[in-house]
Amino acid sequence: MQHDDVLWDVIGNTNYCSYKIKARTSKTQRFCKNENNVTGLCNRNSCPLSNSQYATIREEKGVCYLYMKTIERAAFPARMWEKVKLSRNYEKALQQIDEHLVYWPYFLRHKCKQRYTKIFQYLIRIRKLTLKRQKKLVPISKKVDRREAKREQKAMIAAQLDTAIEKELLTRLKQGTYGDIYNFPATAFDRAMEQEEIESESETESVDEQESEVDTPDEVEFVEEFEESDASDIEVNIAGYLGVIGRKLCDETMVGGESPEESSEDEVEPVKRKRAKVQIEYEHEHAAPPRERIK
Amino acid sequence: PKRNISQIRNKQKRADAFIKMRKEQKKERIKLRKQRQQMREQLGKDAPPIEPAKTIDNRREKEDTMVLPDDVEVQLDEEDDEMASYFQRKTTPKILITTSDRPRSRTTRFLKELSEGLPNSHVFYRRALAIKNIIPQCLAKGFTDLVVVNEDRKTPNGILLCHLPDGPTAHFKISNVKLRKEIKNSAGPSEYQPEIILNNFGTRLGHTIGRMFASLFPHSPDFIGREVVTFHNQRDFIFYRHHRYIFRNEKRVGLQEIGPRFTMKLRSLQKGTFDSKFGEYEWIHKRHEMDTSRRRFHL
Repeated sequence: MQHDDVLWDVIGNTNYCSYKIKARTSKTQRFCKNENNVTGLCNRNSCPLSNSQYATIREEKGVCYLYMKTIERAAFPARMWEKVKLSRNYEKALQQIDEHLVYWPYFLRHKCKQRYTKIFQYLIRIRKLTLKRQKKLVPISKKVDRREAKREQKAMIAAQLDTAIEKELLTRLKQGTYGDIYNFPATAFDRAMEQEEIESESETESVDEQESEVDTPDEVEFVEEFEESDASDIEVNIAGYLGVIGRKLCDETMVGGESPEESSEDEVEPVKRKRAKVQIEYEHEHAAPPRERIK
Repeated sequence: PKRNISQIRNKQKRADAFIKMRKEQKKERIKLRKQRQQMREQLGKDAPPIEPAKTIDNRREKEDTMVLPDDVEVQLDEEDDEMASYFQRKTTPKILITTSDRPRSRTTRFLKELSEGLPNSHVFYRRALAIKNIIPQCLAKGFTDLVVVNEDRKTPNGILLCHLPDGPTAHFKISNVKLRKEIKNSAGPSEYQPEIILNNFGTRLGHTIGRMFASLFPHSPDFIGREVVTFHNQRDFIFYRHHRYIFRNEKRVGLQEIGPRFTMKLRSLQKGTFDSKFGEYEWIHKRHEMDTSRRRFHL
């Protein structure tokens, strides 16, 4: 037999109940950890054990159900709870709760609606969070971090960055990447060029011959052959930086190589002597376009 | 017979023996060095050349994928990879730079300085957008690269470099970030387009990374701006430096740093654009497998 008041006297108030939790912050407040509790509080009204007529809302895998128990089924624990699936539509679900709890106490009806609202909102929140991108946290081992920092320091010392950069810039200067921007006394520069000339004497010959070809375009067979060799020359040069040196040009002018795009624009008179003392100055408009911020 | 020091049971005695052993070793070394010096003085010009010092770099473990200068296979491969359109001068770089969510002031300043080093780059606030959503917008607006700077404890700690439209995505850890203000005698930036130096990107992987860096910069630098950006790889650490130089004469160069400076270390290289779930990784740094030797490097 179910006697609500007797039950409440046994478990309620200051007595023992295994679902009861004391709140740390207050002396009088008690919470209930029974899954069927509609409010979560421990009091006479919302105790699921000592109320023979009781209703609650539960969520199972994202679907809400209305659970109701009545005194008639108290004798059959297996069939004690009546379970009604609630609609996904919020308003419809409230209507369902109203319909099923028509003649029930106002307290339970109201608390069920409140609990349904709460569950409905947290379900929405769950869906939103799972769809949103999530930060991936990567553990950082302090030991490894420290080790890498030390190795980085040592690598930086070994790199000798300034020296490496200076060296690279000087090789570019020697290769003639910068064209005629700089005119240093040509001692070191020329020495480097002479060395290259010795290496590629055969190439310069071909260039000379090609120049003569320009004068006499009648000999068709010659032109074809040397054009091929010329192309291979350029390929070798491109292997440097952006293909900037034109050895041919260096031989012709001795002012310094130019980048291929520029040389096509400026008409350089071919000087056949190796050591021409003529210096030609070019003016370029290098004004960089002002940077814009796109919004 | 000499006793093995590690077999001495008493810790005190073991330590003493060890110190004694080290002293003897040192004496031996000094003795040998003096002998060599004497030899060299006696022989004069005929002395054998001094052996170069042993460093981690010159004792590096042999890497199979080291690219030789005239490797036809690699050249062909690179002719039709994702960056090829840049090197064939079909595209000009346009870069979008952004951060992780809610960057702090140091990171935003870093971004600003980084964008001053990269011509044609635009800094955007992230607005909590997913990178997957950013990429199509970038494509629509004709960006060729996407740079995302990650921040941890108020300072930048990672860079995601994504080449567009279908280029590889590289993730770097960055450390030792120094902004312009923190560098002594630093200079301000200019509007000229810098030239670029890529050092020591030897292996196949290194080539890919180097090409990714190269494709961030315009084809024809302004040499009269005298600015140079360096990516120097040493023992898998990539040092980024930005300098203004001047040729004092044909042998000497003066350098002034523009900044920022930082060090990158490759964490992963992904095929295609950023995809953390289904992306195919070309290379991931796996510490337990790869860092078994101090002399093995991948770039």
